[in-house]
Amino acid sequence: MKFGVISFPGSCDDVDARLACARVGEAVALWHADHDLAGVDVVVIPGGFSYGDYLRAGAIARFAPIMTEVIEFAREGGRVMAICNGFQVCCEAGLLPGALLTNVGRRFVCRQVTLDLVNADTAFTRGLEPGERLSIPVKHTTGRYYAPPELLDRLEAAGQVVLRYAPGENPNGSLDDIAGVINEAGNVFGLMPHPEHAVDPLTGSSDGLGLFASLAASAVGAGV
Amino acid sequence: MTAAAAGGAQRAVALGLTVDEYELIVARIGREPTEVELAMFSLLWSEHCSYKHSKPLLATLPTEGPRLVLGPGENAGAVDVGGGLAVAFKVESHNHPSAVEPFQGAATGVGGILRDIFAVGARPIAILDSLRFGEPTSERSRYLLDRAVAGIGHYGNSIGVPTVGGELYFEGPYEQNCLINAMCVGLIATERLIRSAASGPGNLLVLFGASTGRDGIGGASVLASAELGEGDEAKRPSVQIGDPFAEKKLMECSLDLLERGLLVALQDLGAAGLTSAACEMASKGEVGIDIDVACVPLREAGMEPFEIMVSESQERMLCVIEPDALDAVLAVCEHWETAAATIGEVTDSGLVRIFDGGQLVGEMPVAALVDECPVYELDPQPPERPLYAPPPRTIASEDPEQALLALLGSPNIADRRPLFEQYDAIVQSRTIRRPGAADAAVLALPPRGELTPGIAIAIDGNGRRVAADPYRGTIEVVLECAANLACVGAEPLGLTNCLNFGNPEKPHVAWQLCESVRGLGDACRALGIPVVGGNVSLYNEGAEGPIYPTPVVGLVGELPDVARAGRLGFRAEGDRIALAGVFAPEIRGSELARLGGTELPRGLPETDVARVAASQRAIRDAVRSGALSSAHDIAEGGLATALAECCLAGGLGAEVVLADTVKPLRALFGEAPGGFVVSGTDAALRELGERIQLAIIGSVSGSRLTIVAGEARIELSLELLREAHGALAALFA
Repeated sequence: MKFGVISFPGSCDDVDARLACARVGEAVALWHADHDLAGVDVVVIPGGFSYGDYLRAGAIARFAPIMTEVIEFAREGGRVMAICNGFQVCCEAGLLPGALLTNVGRRFVCRQVTLDLVNADTAFTRGLEPGERLSIPVKHTTGRYYAPPELLDRLEAAGQVVLRYAPGENPNGSLDDIAGVINEAGNVFGLMPHPEHAVDPLTGSSDGLGLFASLAASAVGAGV
Repeated sequence: MTAAAAGGAQRAVALGLTVDEYELIVARIGREPTEVELAMFSLLWSEHCSYKHSKPLLATLPTEGPRLVLGPGENAGAVDVGGGLAVAFKVESHNHPSAVEPFQGAATGVGGILRDIFAVGARPIAILDSLRFGEPTSERSRYLLDRAVAGIGHYGNSIGVPTVGGELYFEGPYEQNCLINAMCVGLIATERLIRSAASGPGNLLVLFGASTGRDGIGGASVLASAELGEGDEAKRPSVQIGDPFAEKKLMECSLDLLERGLLVALQDLGAAGLTSAACEMASKGEVGIDIDVACVPLREAGMEPFEIMVSESQERMLCVIEPDALDAVLAVCEHWETAAATIGEVTDSGLVRIFDGGQLVGEMPVAALVDECPVYELDPQPPERPLYAPPPRTIASEDPEQALLALLGSPNIADRRPLFEQYDAIVQSRTIRRPGAADAAVLALPPRGELTPGIAIAIDGNGRRVAADPYRGTIEVVLECAANLACVGAEPLGLTNCLNFGNPEKPHVAWQLCESVRGLGDACRALGIPVVGGNVSLYNEGAEGPIYPTPVVGLVGELPDVARAGRLGFRAEGDRIALAGVFAPEIRGSELARLGGTELPRGLPETDVARVAASQRAIRDAVRSGALSSAHDIAEGGLATALAECCLAGGLGAEVVLADTVKPLRALFGEAPGGFVVSGTDAALRELGERIQLAIIGSVSGSRLTIVAGEARIELSLELLREAHGALAALFA
């Protein structure tokens, strides 16, 4: 399983994401200015502040040359894991439903949070137990998940809400405690928590590793 | 003096020089300086760049050590951490800019210290901050705190370097002059360390990074080297504007250039901009430099040569390269979307020559600029009367339970989580102990065989105790910082410091400075820790008088196995608790005395530094062996506060009985260096007790903290303790 982790100028967690992927498969770096996905099986769009995020989080990266390739790849069913800034980029790019707004507290928050796994029947979560609790950190200023009520209902009904902050753990005011959603086709997964920072008990938790392992375990081309 | 000379002297004074200094410059170059020359002299001869009031003192500090690989004088010092790796680190102040414009002041403080670290070739892996504000009851202090913290987060979070620790205190004397000190730690393969000395006449000077604008003109002289006062708003244009995205690209670009071996020398542009960078590089390499300001990429049209030379625009680096490497260098810069321009070359003239296109606009000997600034003798005299007003009284009763709750809720002791949560502590995947988990931050190094070694980092300062006794107070600061390292099992390898003081031209401030540096040197010698570099920030005073003398020290240490890094929280029901180390607490000079509105004592008790050092070694060994469940040094608020902190961090209660029944308040809340609260099995504690003074005082148990000291009794639920300890959140609401 070959993971490709995109580096935009301003990406901060790209190296961390590569290290996490390398625990379960092969990991290569993809450069924002290239029109080349290097034949990877999974694209990871990592956390950070792409292009400084000066306009609006993710709004500039969405137009990066490599995003043309990522959008095409996703349309063909390729798997994309979008973490934090990556989630913001994918919402801007229309690859994921909803939007991410400034935290209710209006401040950056870095905190270990407990998550409830809502949908264990996705390519990203199949290696985990339904209802499993995960301890994974968040760190962001713009992580309040928002979708209009009718879209929210649709997401809930279709099982597109994959991760929720456990009761009392919502760090940013996300609607319905939503921490991670998947697209309708089930091949693009966005989440605000950082699973790449939860792959080793020494640094706090290894609960995020299951997400990478799930991807690695699902056979290439086996569908979603 | 001719009319022209008088005009020149007047301009010199406006730029922060004295008339005598101006006359020295005229004598040295044999004529009246041009506008560019005067601007450059005024910056390089400022206190900020020349250390003209502190140089002789700094020369007394110990700077040798077996693990030292880069000492004072470079952009940052560095120590060997084994495995072919070195750790570079430095602390620096950005006090005056932050007092004038806290968000940008603090942000660019972080930006500046990051550049110092990657200027020696090291990848920044950690940031720590030491912050001081006036009482939080003051609206101005809360504003400065809020904006400074936002600025630090804005820069550090965006650039992908974790903020792993720091400290924060509120005291009246910082009301007008807050302190923002930032420390950065970087990691590098030792053989790749690069220096800033320019060499090789004919080699090119390439300026890369952001373009140059009119921001930050005169920051080092009119802002950093003078007291704050009326009309400081007018100095806002002297504060630089930070762009962390530009710095992120600049950092990756610099490290890429080094990785490819394309650089002869590298230097960041900080205070005094291009002037300082170019002259430092020339001076260290004993060469000359020609610069053509017409080649410098500008942010705005019509900038004068002197403005280009003194601009403190952020996110710029200067490198020396061989002419053949130019194309490769420009290609790397283009990849990182970082602008670059050849702006001059190295010469063998020993002169700094400034051209504007074809026209020579300045020509000065490097030595005159860098080495010949006059050094001033201090006139130290202890003050006859107390310098500082007593703090406001904020507690009424001496009831031990009320006192403990008041201490836990004191903004100087309350849980720092509301502060630290605003910073990314985990990016780069090295953080083993996050803020609040242990007395020092712990970062993992690459594994060696079965074990993963690590480094520990702590930053400390205690202005109030240094104000009470500059010599002994400073020794305590170093001991406290080393104790923090001991609690995670780390051995100190090197020390960096930032000396934040008032106006050294005043005898009592000079006395504080001299005594403090003497204490710093003695403590470092006693512990065998070299000073690898640092920074001096003087003139920290406003109309109300000087700040507390505040030497801030940062220590980096090593530990062989991060899996055994110590924690501060109690971990297991039934563990025994001990008070370890030489500990002779006193209420005088304590946080409790402060809350009671007591004025500072004049002098602190002497500390047996050798015995404290021995107990630190024993604690370190016990933590490393894995024998202890927890270790925490006793600091502000004394033993009872330390016990409460251990309970809260571990989510477990404790039952403790203290032997001192004569003066229970002193036993509970008195402060002194040297004491630790440790927990573990009875056998583990007894073994530690064979090496150092140790008394088993209780057990980890339940969900309440109970302490009995003679007639005094504290019994409080963790819930109540936690509520009191959470007081800082209100400041960030």
